[in-house]
Amino acid sequence: MLSIRNLSVAVEDKPILSGLSLDVPAGEVHAIMGPNGAGKSTLSYALAGKPGYEVTGGSAALDGADLLALDPSERAAKGLFLSFQYPIEIPGVPALTFLRTALNAQHKARGEAEISAPDFLRLVRGKAAALKMDFDMLKRSLNVGFSGGEKKRMEILQMAVLSPRLAILDETDSGLDIDALRIVSEGVNAMRAPDRAMLVITHYQRLLDYIRPDKVHVLSAGTIVASGGPELALELEREGYDKYVKAAA
Amino acid sequence: MAAVAQTTEQVLELERYKHGFVSEIDQEFAPKGLSEATVRFISAKKGEPEWMLEWRLEAYRRWLALEEPTWARVGYPKIDYQDAYYYAAPKEKTGPKSLDEVDPELLAVYEKLGISLKEQEVLAGVEGAPRYAVDAVFDSVSVVTTFKKELSAAGVIFCSMSEAIRDHGDLVRQYLGSVVPQSDNYFACLNSAVFSDGSFVYVPPGVRCPMELSTYFRINAAESGQFERTLIIADKGAYVSYLEGCTAPMRDENQLHAAVVELVVLDDAEIKYSTVQNWYPGDKEGRGGIYNFVTKRADCRGDRSKVSWTQVETGSAITWKYPSCVLRGEGSSGEFYSIAITNNRQQADTGTKMIHLGANTRSRIIAKGISAGHSSSTYRGLVSAHPKAKGARNFTQCDSLLIGKHCAAHTTPYIEARNASAKFEHEATTTRLSDDQLFYAMQRGLSQEEAVQLLVNGFVKDVLQELPMEFAVEAQKLVAISLEGSVG
Ligand SMILES: Nc1ncnc2c1ncn2[C@@H]1O[C@H](COP(=O)(O)OP(=O)(O)OP(=O)(O)O)[C@@H](O)[C@H]1O
Ligand SMILES: [Mg+2]
Repeated sequence: MLSIRNLSVAVEDKPILSGLSLDVPAGEVHAIMGPNGAGKSTLSYALAGKPGYEVTGGSAALDGADLLALDPSERAAKGLFLSFQYPIEIPGVPALTFLRTALNAQHKARGEAEISAPDFLRLVRGKAAALKMDFDMLKRSLNVGFSGGEKKRMEILQMAVLSPRLAILDETDSGLDIDALRIVSEGVNAMRAPDRAMLVITHYQRLLDYIRPDKVHVLSAGTIVASGGPELALELEREGYDKYVKAAA
Repeated sequence: MAAVAQTTEQVLELERYKHGFVSEIDQEFAPKGLSEATVRFISAKKGEPEWMLEWRLEAYRRWLALEEPTWARVGYPKIDYQDAYYYAAPKEKTGPKSLDEVDPELLAVYEKLGISLKEQEVLAGVEGAPRYAVDAVFDSVSVVTTFKKELSAAGVIFCSMSEAIRDHGDLVRQYLGSVVPQSDNYFACLNSAVFSDGSFVYVPPGVRCPMELSTYFRINAAESGQFERTLIIADKGAYVSYLEGCTAPMRDENQLHAAVVELVVLDDAEIKYSTVQNWYPGDKEGRGGIYNFVTKRADCRGDRSKVSWTQVETGSAITWKYPSCVLRGEGSSGEFYSIAITNNRQQADTGTKMIHLGANTRSRIIAKGISAGHSSSTYRGLVSAHPKAKGARNFTQCDSLLIGKHCAAHTTPYIEARNASAKFEHEATTTRLSDDQLFYAMQRGLSQEEAVQLLVNGFVKDVLQELPMEFAVEAQKLVAISLEGSVG
C-alpha cells in the first residue's frame, strides 16, 4: 500500500534522509525505531507534504498514486493521516468544528456526500467514548490548554473519525500515562483492518507490547539500517542502538 | 497570453467583489464642486426649513477654516474637494410614498445586493424572509423605508433624515449636532454642510423596538461622494438594535464617503449598533476604492444607559473611523467590538474612544485586526477617565493577525486616568498566521483557503458572536471573501 523508494529529503539545504526505502503492505502495522535526530519525524512530515521538507530524490506512492505530486490536503483525502509528535494548538476553533470541517473537506475532495450534523455527532460521541474522552473537551479550542496526554488522545480520536487508509503515528505513546497508553493502544488496535496500513514511530517496547507490529525497522542517520520481526524491538530494548549507529556512521 | 491572464485576473477581481456593478439609473446631480451655492442647492432640493439651511451654512463656513487631519497612519493623494458631486439622486419627482412607487430598476439593484425590500413577502410570513425593517439610501437619497406601519404602532419613528427634518423637526433640532458638533472634525464638518440623507430613529420611553432596524447604503454615481447622516435616539428605558450595511461599484477613481452617526442614549436605554462595511476596496494594485472617513459617536447621557458598537470592516481603500462612547450618565457602559480586515493595498486606521465622565462607568473593547497582502492596519484607541469618573473600569483587548510577510499592524492605545479609582486593563497580541497551523489543518484535509478561513474564524469569533445572528453568517462569508488568495 505504502511504497517508498530511495527517498532523500533535505531541510534548509541540510540532507536529513538519504535513499530510504520502505514498503508497508495493506493490513500490516510496521514500527520504526531509532535514535533521536535520526530522521523519523522528517520521514513522516515528508510523506505528509510539510512545506520546507524538500524531496531531493526518490519516490513515495500510496496505493500506486504518486504522493509527492499532491499537496497536503490531497494526500489527506487519499487517506494519509499523521498523528503529530507535537500536536498544534488552534485558538478559537472548537475541536468539534475542526474535526467536522476536516471530515467534510475530505468527503468533498473524494466526491462523497457531506455528513449530517446528527450523524457526525453520533460518530464522534462513539469514538470519544471508546477512548474514554470527556465529550465536553471537544467543545474547547483544539489542543489549547490540553495536557500533553490529552493532545495525543485527541490525535487518535481524529484518526478514528477520519478513518484513514494509511496512519502514521509519530511518538503517540510519549506523554501518555499507563492507563492512557492502554486505552490509546486499544483504539489503535481496533483500527487494524485488512485495507489499512499503519506506521508506528516509537522509542519504547512497551507500546509494541500492546500494538504488535508485523515488522520493525531501525532508522538511523537518515536511512533504514535494519528490519526484522517484533523480536528486533526486544533486542533494541536490551542492547540499544550502538551497533546500528556505528554501522550507519 | 498576457491579455488572457489580465482578463482572467479582472474576472476574478469581479467575482471577488460581487457588489461592484454599476446601475444605469437616471440620476440628477448638483453642479460639480463645493460652494455656498452647493449647500443652498442641496437644502432647496430637499425642501428644508430655514433653520436647517442656516445650520448647514454655518457648518460650511466653519469647514473653510479647518485643516484636513494628517495624524492617521494612512496615506493618500490630496483630495480635490472641487472635483466631486455633492448631490446625486435617482430622478424622481417627489419621494416615494410606498414600495409601489419606487423605480423597479432601483428595487432590482437591491435585489441583486441580496436585500429584500419586499415587505409583502415578509408580512405574509414567507419562509426565510427577513424580519427587519430597512431604510435604503442610494447615493444621496433614501429611497424606501419598510415596515413603517408596524413600527409606528409601537411608537417607533424610523425614516429617512430628510423626512425627519420635515415631519419631526423638533426632535431633529433638539438632537442634531448634539453628539457630534458641526466643527468636531474636518470630515464631520464637511458632512454637516452637505449631508444628503441618512436614517433617523426615535424610540420612545420604555419601548423595545419590535424588530432589528437596518439601513443599506449604496454609492452608485461616479465622481460623487456620499455624506449621510444618521441620528438615533433611545429615550428612557428604550432599546433598539440597528444594522448598517454598505457597498459601492468598482471604479478606478477614489470616492469619498464622509458620514456622521450620532447616538443619544437616555436613562436605562440601550442601543446596539452594528456595521458591516463592504465599500469597494480598490483593486490589487490599489487603484480605486472608497475613502471612508466617518465620525460615529454615542452619548450615554442617561444613568445606566448602554451602547454597543460592533463593526466588521472589510472594504474601503482607506478607513478612518473611531466609533466612540461618551459615558456621561452614572453607571453607563460602552462596548466596542471590531473586526478590521485589510488586504492588498488597503489601509485602515480604526479604533474607539471611551470617555468616562460619570461615576462607575464601564467600557469594554475587543478589537481584532487582520492584515494580509501589502495592507496596513492600525488600532488607535483612547480610554480616558475624568476626575469625577470614580470607579470607572475598562477592559481592552487588541489582537492582530498577520497573513503573509508584506503587511503591517500597529497598535496605538492612549490611556488617561485622571482619578486613582479608575481601573484600566489592556491586553494586546500580534501573531502571524502560522505555517504550522496551516499545515496541521491541511494534513487533516482542508484546502489552503479552507484552512485560512477556519483559522481566521477562530481569531474573530469573539466579535462575530456579538452580531445579530442573521448578519453573523453574512459577515463570516465576507471575512472569507476578503481574504481570498491572501496566502501562497
Ligand atoms: N529546520 C531544520 N533545520 C536544520 N535541521 C533540522 C531542521 N529540522 C530538523 N532538523 C534536523 O533533522 C534531524 C532529524 O530530525 P527529526 O525530527 O526527523 O528526528 P527524529 O528521528 O524524529 O528524532 P526524535 O526521536 O528526537 O523525535 C535532526 O538532526 C534535526 O535537528
Ligand atoms: Mg521525532
